[in-house]
Amino acid sequence: MDKNVRKDLEIFALKIRMGVIEGTYNAKAGHPGGSLSVAEVLAWLYNGEMRVDPKHPDDPDRDRLVLSKGHAAPALYAALALKGFFPLDEIKKLRKINQLLQGHPDMKHIPGVDMSTGSLGQGISAACGMALSAKMSGKDYRVYAILGDGEIEEGQVWEAAMFAGFRKLDNLVAFVDYNNLQIDGTLDEVVSPMPIDEKFKAFGWNVINIDGNDLQAIEDAYAAARAYKGKPTCIVGKTVKGKGVSFMENACGWHGTAPNAEQYATAMEELNAALAAMEG
Amino acid sequence: MAEIIKKATREGYGEGLLALGEQNENLVVLDADLAAATKTGMFKKAFPDRFVDCGIAEQNMMGIAAGLAATGKLVFASSFAMFASGRAFEQVRNSIGYPHLPVKIGATHAGISVGEDGATHQCNEDIALMRTIPGMTIINPADAVEAKAAVLAAAEIDGPVYMRFGRFAVPVFNDEKTYRFETGKAVKLIDGGDVTIIATGLLVNEAKIAAGLLKEKGISAEVINVHTIKPLDAETILASAAKTKAVIVAEEHSVIGGLGSAVCELLCEQLPTKVIRIGMEDAFGMSGSAAELLQYYGFTADNIAKKAEALLQK
Repeated sequence: MDKNVRKDLEIFALKIRMGVIEGTYNAKAGHPGGSLSVAEVLAWLYNGEMRVDPKHPDDPDRDRLVLSKGHAAPALYAALALKGFFPLDEIKKLRKINQLLQGHPDMKHIPGVDMSTGSLGQGISAACGMALSAKMSGKDYRVYAILGDGEIEEGQVWEAAMFAGFRKLDNLVAFVDYNNLQIDGTLDEVVSPMPIDEKFKAFGWNVINIDGNDLQAIEDAYAAARAYKGKPTCIVGKTVKGKGVSFMENACGWHGTAPNAEQYATAMEELNAALAAMEG
Repeated sequence: MAEIIKKATREGYGEGLLALGEQNENLVVLDADLAAATKTGMFKKAFPDRFVDCGIAEQNMMGIAAGLAATGKLVFASSFAMFASGRAFEQVRNSIGYPHLPVKIGATHAGISVGEDGATHQCNEDIALMRTIPGMTIINPADAVEAKAAVLAAAEIDGPVYMRFGRFAVPVFNDEKTYRFETGKAVKLIDGGDVTIIATGLLVNEAKIAAGLLKEKGISAEVINVHTIKPLDAETILASAAKTKAVIVAEEHSVIGGLGSAVCELLCEQLPTKVIRIGMEDAFGMSGSAAELLQYYGFTADNIAKKAEALLQK
């Protein structure tokens, strides 16, 4: 990856993080931890990978993203706003009554949202349906899904995994955000879904393990997925929950808690400093 | 009198899909390993490329349906009513209902007339469940002709539709040549002045017979076929209730949450009227032949007539 491209992507990811903090702080609710962990993958999908056009969000031939872990909506909204799907100001009205940005993605009203998600395990099935649809219609658009590592405890995920593997949906790429934390604790304090990679392999997927916060690794993995024929690809991305905000990193408590005024100030200070260093 | 032809409404569903498949290349039919029973097998045979068996995974099937619909396909997803409405309820609510996607759910083997399979498979709760989903249209055809017509009508509805079909062969009383299905419009089959019998599904034919039994006793019964349970045809029901001031509602479903409840909700608020609901009381069913079970639980013309008489004596 070109140095300048990487820098731009890192800046985009930082701005996603700022949107996450801005949104959850103003909402006094939401899920910052699992939103921060997917900033890099969203930065890559919306800037390097996906064929989408903010001017034509309903283009039938566009690539689709299904945020199966719908609680990471603040990160998705920030990415969409940064790309111009809707004004960035909307982020401050996240989760407020009678506003655009719902607590979880709402495809009916929010430009750029390809599937309504939030109830865990359901998005990946819809993504399979979209990928199947492309195959049936002979279209070349690709479908991307982002799953949580806790989310894959849902049985429906494995129904979908079996279906995609069996149907050889090689136009589908699922990213598992392996941040090792869910609401009640670490994965192995709750119900461990490990080994994630071997499970997807057994269900007929091409599997790639990467550092899910490393943009170069993300680019390489998605390129490998695009080149791989005959199987859907699962990218297991080891990430840091709360990534980019020191006191939120690897802290279980930041799954579904919004920062208070003081924490908001500290978080924004850190992110602004990182941005200044990057842009400087 | 012409010979009575008996046919299950699921047969009408299969025929409807076949007809629709010929008209609409965009149609995709999904099933969950029950194609022979749900009658989607007819479509599968004719259009194998547009049929997708999702296996025994109804939750995923509803998501697949949502994804197909979100990318422009007209989708019919089929299973038994128990699994389509029960097991996959939350998928239907969140992945189909909330985004208001044009997925049509073809739910067969509804009600007690599933028969020998027993309580686990006798779904008497599906109408109640589906009624709670905003924007969901619910259609429960009375015979195979209406079922086929309803499939074609459902394809024109912008949004999700839950269609309920039976396993058991019941008399076909509509004429395919002349029958026109109008979504949301109840069909008044018999005019009467003393009591209104509102029925849906296989109870419609029983209601017609009940009207004949009542006539012999000098009671004039009006019979209304409510094939679309949601949106409910309030106008037709209110007009009839205003006229007869006595209403029987008959359905092969729990008395909780189905058509009986819907009619009571309407009448309570707008025109308080004496009502008796005929349905499955708050209980699970059991194994037996469909005919035996329908008799046992009172899903018969005799019981409708008896309840109507009782209502008029109240």
